[in-house]
Amino acid sequence: MAKEIYSTYPMIKYLRKEALPTALCPGCGGGTVLNAFANAVDGLKIDPKDLVVVSGIGCSAWIASPYFLADTLHTTHGRAIAFATGVKVGLPDKKVVVISGDGDLASIGGNHLLHAARRNIDITVILVNNMIYGMTGGQVAPTTPFGAKTTTSPYRNIEHPLQISETVAAAGASYVARWTTAHVYQLIESIKKALQVKGFSLVEVVSQCPVQFGRRNRMKEPAEMLRWFLKNSVPINKAKKMKPEELEGKFVIGEFVNRERPEFVTELNKLIDEVQEHFGLKGE
Amino acid sequence: MIIRGDEPEQVALLKKLYKPGNYFMQGNEALSYGALFAGCRFYAGYPITPSSEIAETMARELPKLGGYYLQMEDEIGSIAAMVGASWTGFKVMTATSGPGFSLMQENLGYAAMTETPLVLVDVQRSGPSTGQATKGAQGDFFQARWGTHGDHPIIAVSPTSGQDAFWEVIRAFNIAEKLRNPVVFLFDGVLAHTREQIRIPNVEEVEIAYRKLPANEEEARLPFGDPHGDGVPPMPLFGHGYFTHVTGSTHKENGLRDVYTPEVHDRLVRRLHRKIEQNRHIYEKYEEHFTEDAEILVVSWGVTARPALGAVLKAREEGIKAGLFVPKTVHPFPGERMRELGKNVRAVLVAEMNLGQMIIEVERYLNDDVLLRGVNRIGGVPLTVGKILREIRGVA
Ligand SMILES: Cc1ncc(C[n+]2csc(CCOP(=O)(O)OP(=O)(O)O)c2C)c(N)n1
Ligand code: SF4
Repeated sequence: MAKEIYSTYPMIKYLRKEALPTALCPGCGGGTVLNAFANAVDGLKIDPKDLVVVSGIGCSAWIASPYFLADTLHTTHGRAIAFATGVKVGLPDKKVVVISGDGDLASIGGNHLLHAARRNIDITVILVNNMIYGMTGGQVAPTTPFGAKTTTSPYRNIEHPLQISETVAAAGASYVARWTTAHVYQLIESIKKALQVKGFSLVEVVSQCPVQFGRRNRMKEPAEMLRWFLKNSVPINKAKKMKPEELEGKFVIGEFVNRERPEFVTELNKLIDEVQEHFGLKGE
Repeated sequence: MIIRGDEPEQVALLKKLYKPGNYFMQGNEALSYGALFAGCRFYAGYPITPSSEIAETMARELPKLGGYYLQMEDEIGSIAAMVGASWTGFKVMTATSGPGFSLMQENLGYAAMTETPLVLVDVQRSGPSTGQATKGAQGDFFQARWGTHGDHPIIAVSPTSGQDAFWEVIRAFNIAEKLRNPVVFLFDGVLAHTREQIRIPNVEEVEIAYRKLPANEEEARLPFGDPHGDGVPPMPLFGHGYFTHVTGSTHKENGLRDVYTPEVHDRLVRRLHRKIEQNRHIYEKYEEHFTEDAEILVVSWGVTARPALGAVLKAREEGIKAGLFVPKTVHPFPGERMRELGKNVRAVLVAEMNLGQMIIEVERYLNDDVLLRGVNRIGGVPLTVGKILREIRGVA
């Protein structure tokens, strides 16, 4: 399987060729995420005509839009999930996927993320957490590790990073998983699951930005960042038995939740049915 | 591809639910029924006084028509959801007031750049900031025009009564659909909350328009092209296998981003302007009363146009040759007509519930020999017939 993914590139059929090559830096984790998403779509045999992909603004927003060949909506910074909400109500039978960065989805867009999870609307969010604002030049993000250096925390970051997966799980999502770009197969499997879940699903991918993050934190080679991810990843079951101090600076990986809850658009349509029934408006 | 709202079953539902006749209702309710008649089947909003009754009416009525009411987490999310829904073929609306309108500006610019039809109702309230939250005003004239960044045209419609709101919101939807453009609907807190007799018409009396859809594959592949020369690209809706790419960044006719080539940006933004300029017949609208022989012209809009008409009628009784000009589409301003009217009058009074906004537009079209004066009141209390009449007498 490894050969299939890395030596040839059959996934090219899912890409918008006239938009290539991608604008991502060499060694950016964004390429791995695009690859994983294409493999998940391929593995599930989803017809791209049944996909609408929405993104916000940032390097990670480019992963699927314009590169993925589907209906794509590249929106304003932070608002992708809110745009996707309107799309999903209009096209309940399509798979609506949001792919964007941590700054985009969890900082400026944090409100929409929480409320989409609470509503449990059937959207799959692939959140690329590179722990930095890549596109704007490496400023501190709400996900930047405590103590890390960025262009706007040049001495060290004194804020605590937001634990996105934990937060979204608590807000009510149906499915939440976190992997890193060093866990490609697990990542593909999680994206597949997320795409099949009826409800709000989030796959958080801790990803390398060697250019803006790595360079300033003694990991300018992409491989160094991947080794950092591997060394510090803790499977969720193990993490449950660890103390908060022991988990400081670690990446907890695995599935956080996988549960069934009433889904928003289904409930909305049920409500409309009931109202029409009640007022004797059915079959008009 | 379908634009929802005019299927035979929808017409039957409207007929069954809303019997023609006279009703006693608020401006906000009248406007909401207008939107339903226009085919609006998706509403996303966030409550704010004095617009909330629109959300409440839509939440109650939309499900009966098989339509969707979404209460989003804020105004930014509301307009975002509308844009998403519009690309799936819904006619969409939101309603807000001052601070909410400010929050929507970024995505209003996005809708203009991506040519997404939508209707954004701003029930103007007194500001700045939280101001007098429950009081009406007409202070958002320029926010509607210049609230977003960059050079883009906008269309804004403003009614003069609750009944007018019913019909004008239908017109706003039709303009949005015909021009594939967002339309701002400048209502105000006074008319929004005034209860009046409102006539609900027969469904057949209502003319409704639908956006142009691509006629063939080729048109569908150019979602931002201009195949018909009218500046309005056919809109390939999501979910039909066209792999449409939509971005608020500068894009080529095929939708793909190109932010580096000056010509691409120039071509796109100039077409957006040309689309509005060359289709003036679709949206330009104004009312005139006694303008043929007027020596003193009152210019007014929205809520203030009503006492202004009262004042002009009273002035005529007194033998003063006063006339009234009421732009109903306030942006783009009906400047040509204003210029013509300005040639024959001695004085122009611009009456509005602000410290002077539309007067700035009016001034651009007047010669120096015309006396121009604003009749302004702020504080949440509408201008009266008496106050405007006194000003007319003052220049008579
Ligand atoms: C309203 C608004 N504020 C700020 C920006 C500038 N901006 C563009 S991308 C970005 C950060 C993106 O960070 P992230 O989502 O983490 O994506 P990355 O580039 O790191 O993949 C910012 C702040 C913007 N486009 N719009
Ligand atoms: S700046 Fe960072 S996140 Fe952006 S493309 Fe380059 S490596 Fe990737």
